[in-house]
Amino acid sequence: MHIPDGFLDTKTWSSLAVASGAVMAVALSGKAKRISEEQVPLMGIAAAFIFAAQMINLPVAGGTSGHFMGAMLAAILLGPWAAFLIMATVLIVQCLVFQDGGLLALGANIFNMGVVAVGSGWLVYNLVRRFMASEKWWRIGSFGGAWVSIVLSAAVVAVELSLSGAVALKQALPAMVGVHTIIGIVEGVITLAVLEFIHKVRPDLLALGGAADE
Amino acid sequence: MNKWVWVGLAISLAVAAVLSPFASSWPDGLERVAEDLGFDELAIEAPAVSSPIPDYLVPGISSEGLATSLAGIIGTILVFGIALGLAKVVGERRG
Repeated sequence: MHIPDGFLDTKTWSSLAVASGAVMAVALSGKAKRISEEQVPLMGIAAAFIFAAQMINLPVAGGTSGHFMGAMLAAILLGPWAAFLIMATVLIVQCLVFQDGGLLALGANIFNMGVVAVGSGWLVYNLVRRFMASEKWWRIGSFGGAWVSIVLSAAVVAVELSLSGAVALKQALPAMVGVHTIIGIVEGVITLAVLEFIHKVRPDLLALGGAADE
Repeated sequence: MNKWVWVGLAISLAVAAVLSPFASSWPDGLERVAEDLGFDELAIEAPAVSSPIPDYLVPGISSEGLATSLAGIIGTILVFGIALGLAKVVGERRG
């Protein structure tokens, strides 16, 4: 979902760069919730794993591939602010070092995969936590949140493309949402698999207490 | 935590080094949509700033698999270091 340069017009990429910059400023300021001292190494690991996993494009359908994004996983492990910083770190390194995603589009990519994906996944995850009276809530919440994070950020990409005049929204929206419906399932499966692994070996890293825990 | 930092880093490096050469080279979701809807030619291939390791291939290595693996290892360590530094900025301090 990394947008290259050329797809977005100046007003779109510059607005999104300002928006991402503003979120970055809050995330780095004292206003955002701090991670605990014990979580500091976990933030490095989560970012490293997400970068590595994003390299692995899996074939999905009809000559199309998709890779893990990791926004939901990062938010569950470290909260939404740290997750935003993790996504921004991964995207900045991918752009500057590996030429993956445009330089002018970097703010847009951070907005889509940092703000939109983390925010929407986190919202879904917490809605499930709040309303599902079952110990299995976190499995539903993480899968559902991961799926929504992919599909909604794909929809936002379609809107940005149409605002830029690259393609009509009525074409771009169903196409982007359609293919990412499948990629979102892959996202959900990988997110859940990683969480199940952590749940087995280090359950203390996951605050899975449910509604009563918050 | 200490032991698990190494476990996590080892898993990440293994994914980046061992699995990356086998990644699908099919277009991703956005690239597929751009091709299908005919706006893929808008993409500017020439970068505004040249990258040291373009397209996840370390330059000067003839084996594409090895070049990809090395790119994965370098990127994983780089991202780990930057995120760890950021974590210290946004992490609570004792005392």
